[in-house]
Amino acid sequence: MSDDALFEFLCRMGDNTLVLGHRVSEWCGHAPVLEEDIALANTALDLIGQTQMWLGLAGEIEGKGRSADDLAMRRDVWDFRNILLVEQPNGDFGQTMMRQFLFDLWHLEMLKALSGSSHDRVAAIAAKSVKEVQYHVERSGDTVIGLGDGTSESHRRMQAALDLLWPYVGEMFVPDHIDAQMSEAGIAPDPGELRATYDARLAEVMTEATLTIPDSGFAHKGGKSGMRHSEHLGHMLTQMQWLQRAYPDATW
Amino acid sequence: MKPSVAEIWTWLDEVPDPEIPVISVVDLGIVRHVAWDGDTLEVAVTPTYSGCPATRIISLDIETALHDRGIGDVHIETRISPPWTTDWLSEKGRAKLMDYGIAPPRAAGGPECCPRCKSTNVTRISQFGSTPCKAQWRCADCLEPFDYFKCI
Repeated sequence: MSDDALFEFLCRMGDNTLVLGHRVSEWCGHAPVLEEDIALANTALDLIGQTQMWLGLAGEIEGKGRSADDLAMRRDVWDFRNILLVEQPNGDFGQTMMRQFLFDLWHLEMLKALSGSSHDRVAAIAAKSVKEVQYHVERSGDTVIGLGDGTSESHRRMQAALDLLWPYVGEMFVPDHIDAQMSEAGIAPDPGELRATYDARLAEVMTEATLTIPDSGFAHKGGKSGMRHSEHLGHMLTQMQWLQRAYPDATW
Repeated sequence: MKPSVAEIWTWLDEVPDPEIPVISVVDLGIVRHVAWDGDTLEVAVTPTYSGCPATRIISLDIETALHDRGIGDVHIETRISPPWTTDWLSEKGRAKLMDYGIAPPRAAGGPECCPRCKSTNVTRISQFGSTPCKAQWRCADCLEPFDYFKCI
């Protein structure tokens, strides 16, 4: 296992939490009710905190003196390694919560597996994060059920959100050469091994939410390899990185 | 003469949590280790939530408090493993939280009773609250909403 591969893997973990954390923070002050606004802001905060740990470690492994902030704010689209799901726009509140649940469910299983990583620092970050993510998935799962099995309008919107986002689920489970090196070194699981647990829990929640999982295995790919991000990421980065682009090295 | 580690612990027990000032950073259970390494005082602090903005302020407050006591050379280490758990809250801290109006954490996953009227007839509003460590609950008897320090 090379340090390059480990750096790549850590960027994937950190970019997922960074990009989703930023997306979720876009709701701050705009959510339908105050409690939801607070819940979303707290979720975003946890994700940004986790980002600092993942990208902080990535910078150390890379050994070029880049900090978590440098990695977050001074890279462009082609250097990001997040999955396509998390960069998709918020849409309405239901679509945001569906995206959150589809991610949280994977995130929880991934972090549980990483808690037993052969790499002590990866295991420590995962053990810290998993406690926070348990609350995220409880919240997003309850909301998907509440809205799916709600009014005819909320049901229609949640089914539309699931249909829209479903093609982005597969990417989480497709292994590549980085994953192969990670699992061989005992650092991370083969992502394919997480699928059975994910599918079982997903089916339970969607049944309770009276929603139908699309009958398609098609998966958009290219986010975690960085080969082909969707157009949305670049637009998001213009907002997220605005300050450092306009005033490089600005400090408070 | 260097102050003893036991004495330093009592000083740290006077440093309030910036968000919940009725409890100290020692009550909160985030100070994990205090020891002298030559003339340097080593202090290990474990963050509550990874994104909690109070964490940096807490380290600064600890450093300031120790400087005020004449300890110039302080090294604060942020230690994430083992991860912080609400099991580390002191009994004294739990009682103070209750008096302050924040229901202390319980393994059962919810508050024992309303911190104001002590009714056990309480319901959850949201898993999340005004800070990362709290959830919002409501008392069905006195009808007041209240914070619950959530269990992690």
